[in-house]
Amino acid sequence: MGSTSSTLLKIPNVEELVQETGFSPAHIIRLYDRFKVLDKEGRGHLCPQDFGAIKELAMNPIRDRIISAFFSPGKETVDFNTFVRILAHFRPVDKDRPKDPNSPEPINSRSNKLKFAFQLYDQDKDGKISRDELLKVLRDMLGMQVTEEQLESIADRTIQEADLDRDDAISFEEFRKSLEKVNIDHKMSIRFLR
Amino acid sequence: MEGFWAAFFPVLRIWFTCVVVLIMLPAMFGISLGITETYMKLLIKSLEWATHRIQRASRAEEILKHSASNGLIQRDNSSLEQEIEELRRNRPKSAERGDFTLSDVLYFTKTGIESIVEDDVTQRFTSEELVSWNLLTRTNNNFQYISLRLTVLWGVGLVVRYGILLPLRITLTAIGLSWLVIGTTMVGFLPNFRVKGWLSELVHVMCYRICARGLSATIHYHNKKNRPKRGGICVANHTSPIDVVILANDSCYAMVGQVHGGLMGVLQRAMERSCPHIWFERAEMRDRHLVTQRLRDHVNDKTKLPILIFPEGTCINNTSVMMFKKGSFEIGGTIYPVAIKYDPQFGDAFWNSSKYSMVSYLLRMMTSWAIVCNVWYLPPMTQQEGEDAVQFANRVKSTIAQQGGLVDLAWDGGLKRAKVKDSLKEQQQKKYSHMVVGDDSSD
Repeated sequence: MGSTSSTLLKIPNVEELVQETGFSPAHIIRLYDRFKVLDKEGRGHLCPQDFGAIKELAMNPIRDRIISAFFSPGKETVDFNTFVRILAHFRPVDKDRPKDPNSPEPINSRSNKLKFAFQLYDQDKDGKISRDELLKVLRDMLGMQVTEEQLESIADRTIQEADLDRDDAISFEEFRKSLEKVNIDHKMSIRFLR
Repeated sequence: MEGFWAAFFPVLRIWFTCVVVLIMLPAMFGISLGITETYMKLLIKSLEWATHRIQRASRAEEILKHSASNGLIQRDNSSLEQEIEELRRNRPKSAERGDFTLSDVLYFTKTGIESIVEDDVTQRFTSEELVSWNLLTRTNNNFQYISLRLTVLWGVGLVVRYGILLPLRITLTAIGLSWLVIGTTMVGFLPNFRVKGWLSELVHVMCYRICARGLSATIHYHNKKNRPKRGGICVANHTSPIDVVILANDSCYAMVGQVHGGLMGVLQRAMERSCPHIWFERAEMRDRHLVTQRLRDHVNDKTKLPILIFPEGTCINNTSVMMFKKGSFEIGGTIYPVAIKYDPQFGDAFWNSSKYSMVSYLLRMMTSWAIVCNVWYLPPMTQQEGEDAVQFANRVKSTIAQQGGLVDLAWDGGLKRAKVKDSLKEQQQKKYSHMVVGDDSSD
């Protein structure tokens, strides 16, 4: 008869994963089951096509950006541990975690969540969202529904509002400031029901 | 060797007589001897005891929490517009028309990640997960070793299912199917009197009843007054090929389907002899007008039996109802919706055609505890003024979903094998663009 402890044994470095991501063992098992469902050919890792096969994801305008967030630059596969680490960004913030200055910041802190969102914009990872990168995201989200001029005017307006040091790009700090009133914990967290 | 056969033969004869007298004959005439009831009571008691033991032993009670939905994560049911409004709420509004904010991307990110963790569609093509174990290894996902007594019970169950129930069920099904072929062929030789129709129905129902016993199926029919009548179309949600047996136990239907070879072909030809069914050649199925015309002709002939159609087009795992294809709703005629809900505690009826072949599926069915299901006959529905086929189909689908306690999804069951169309992504983009540039976006 199968057992939870035997499933946990199949996952490499599971204690480390629990420590690092803060997911409970039960949730890690859920994610492992999901990983196996997505990994249809049982290779032990996922490739972009496996994500592409998720029907609901296919209709998301920024699907490709989200998928590439899982793959480190140059890598074509993602193993289970990386899968969980990326998803850990969306764990609800632990409100009563003791603030230990020596321990590293948890993956699901407000700051790290914002960094995740920032990197969806900043594809060349130079630490700034340039006008071009903003235009690309807008084009993804709006598709053929708007004209080039409308896109440009939206991009200009956005940069004007957010760009405080007038370098025609949005840095992470400016991004963070622009979203300071948004309830990031609510909007960027996924809650498990069981 | 001889001695073996000499001893074996009487055993076989006794066995056969028992089967015929105790199970087959009562089944044919719709009488119940109470054997099945006793079996079910015993089964329920054992499963309850097993659940109790598991719950007592389990410290991680959250795993066994009853969740009404089958969901893994919490999903907001609000729309794109509502969510983005909320995201923008705290910003000072600079323009009256819509606007773009950097936070808009959070909505798409969250829904994207949610669908990576769990999506509404993929999970409908795998078997439903049980809250507590039902002593079948095949449904054992996360259940731990609890106690020796439980293991013994499981072992006893295994022996009973494979040693006693399986041969019994195979015998019954074999008898049922051969009787179907022989009976319908015999009726087919009769000239076309009214008696022929009555006899044909009798033969059909008897054979399906035997087959149902062959699966240890316990079926509860509700609202029998809404049973489909001649000249109508019966529409039901599809979970497995057994749905046909389940429905035909109570009433006679004209089947619709592709012509097959082999055993299926023999059955189809035999059934065709006694009363008209609609079998299509593979090539004919592609011609939609031909299909619709043949179905229409059948429906308009009021002496013919109601047609049975499964508009989803594929097997879904009985937790939801997926898009109904509009073809069945364009024929005209009265639609009789039927909702079928299986009780997963006794056996999982869902046919995962990508995982199991038909034969291994049937074997799994015959080695489950039993098939228990509820069939609700819903009041007849017709297409209303100003309603097109798609809207009509959705209306019928909602009624069935509501009655059966299933989730009503708009996704196409064909997605089991096909890719998602780009038009869905465009729809999302359109909705979002209305929020950004207002209503003067180019359409």
